Amino acid sequence: MAAALTNQLHALVNNMFATGLLDDQFQQLQMLQDSSAPDFVSEVVTLFCDDGERIIGELARQLDKPNVDFDRVDSFAHQLKGSSASVGAQQVKNTCIQFREFCQQRSRDGCLKTLDLVRTEFYDLRNKFQVMLQVLPNVLKIHLTLSIEFH
Amino acid sequence: MAVATEAQFHVLAVDDSLPDRKLIERLLKTSSFQVTTVDSGSKALEFLGLHDHEDSPISVHADQLDVAVNLIITDYCMPGMTGYELLKKIKESSNLRDIPVVIMSSENIPSRINRCLEEGADEFFLKPVRLSDMSKLKPHILKSRCKEHYQQEEHLQSNNSMNPTNENSSSISSSCHKRKAVDGEILLHTIRPRHC
Repeated sequence: MAAALTNQLHALVNNMFATGLLDDQFQQLQMLQDSSAPDFVSEVVTLFCDDGERIIGELARQLDKPNVDFDRVDSFAHQLKGSSASVGAQQVKNTCIQFREFCQQRSRDGCLKTLDLVRTEFYDLRNKFQVMLQVLPNVLKIHLTLSIEFH
Repeated sequence: MAVATEAQFHVLAVDDSLPDRKLIERLLKTSSFQVTTVDSGSKALEFLGLHDHEDSPISVHADQLDVAVNLIITDYCMPGMTGYELLKKIKESSNLRDIPVVIMSSENIPSRINRCLEEGADEFFLKPVRLSDMSKLKPHILKSRCKEHYQQEEHLQSNNSMNPTNENSSSISSSCHKRKAVDGEILLHTIRPRHC
């Protein structure tokens, strides 16, 4: 039973790396988890998810205004870019870079389209993180230990 | 209470982003630093015993010192006070200017990096910061300690030369006493915290 779950988790995480959802910064997080900080990955990921949800809400609010303050929108996109880079959320990070370009161009349409994209990608990532952290938390710890040994 | 054989260096980390604060804290603790994190430049200055609206820093006496900070690591882009503005305030303070400051930024902008280094930042890290970056911190702390020790030695020597005649023996013995005290102490930048 445990082996099947481990395999599933292994497949999930590998898939996230393979499809570019995650980059090697996530492995950096894994390396920082040990017996003195056994929940480090789940804590950082949870903070990122909460922070990301807040920022996406702000982005939507800002773009909904009759006169969009693109500098403000850009600063929120910059925040999300930063925190996604810190946890290795590569795909979300890259979309934030696109987002900032539309802010530079003062393109409301471009920003709205990119907001939709970043929202979809963020929630997809969040769902996968939740599977990792809530459904299989102990398996995750085993997996992290094993993956560190094999790398 | 057990006495540590080797004092841990204390780093003050400043970042408005919660996930980033968590990460930098873990990176620093993994590298055996004692860590305090704050979410803004003004809170950093408060912790360091400096109000940002005052023109002159609070003078701090040795017997009032409670908290030592050996290095400050700060994000560049923060609302309110940027990391650069925080750096400037630290360098303007006679009490704090010798504390090494490291700037972190997610953006690789050469003019920004140069501006920070010119203002006195000791190091610039590109985010996301990695474990390998942590090994760059201790040399800056040790360098500033050596500088402080050297400055104290110079000060003692210039005191000696001001009393060339029969007061020589007493001034030498008092400076020797001071030197002993300096050698015996851990040379930390100690600042009275204002939050308690």
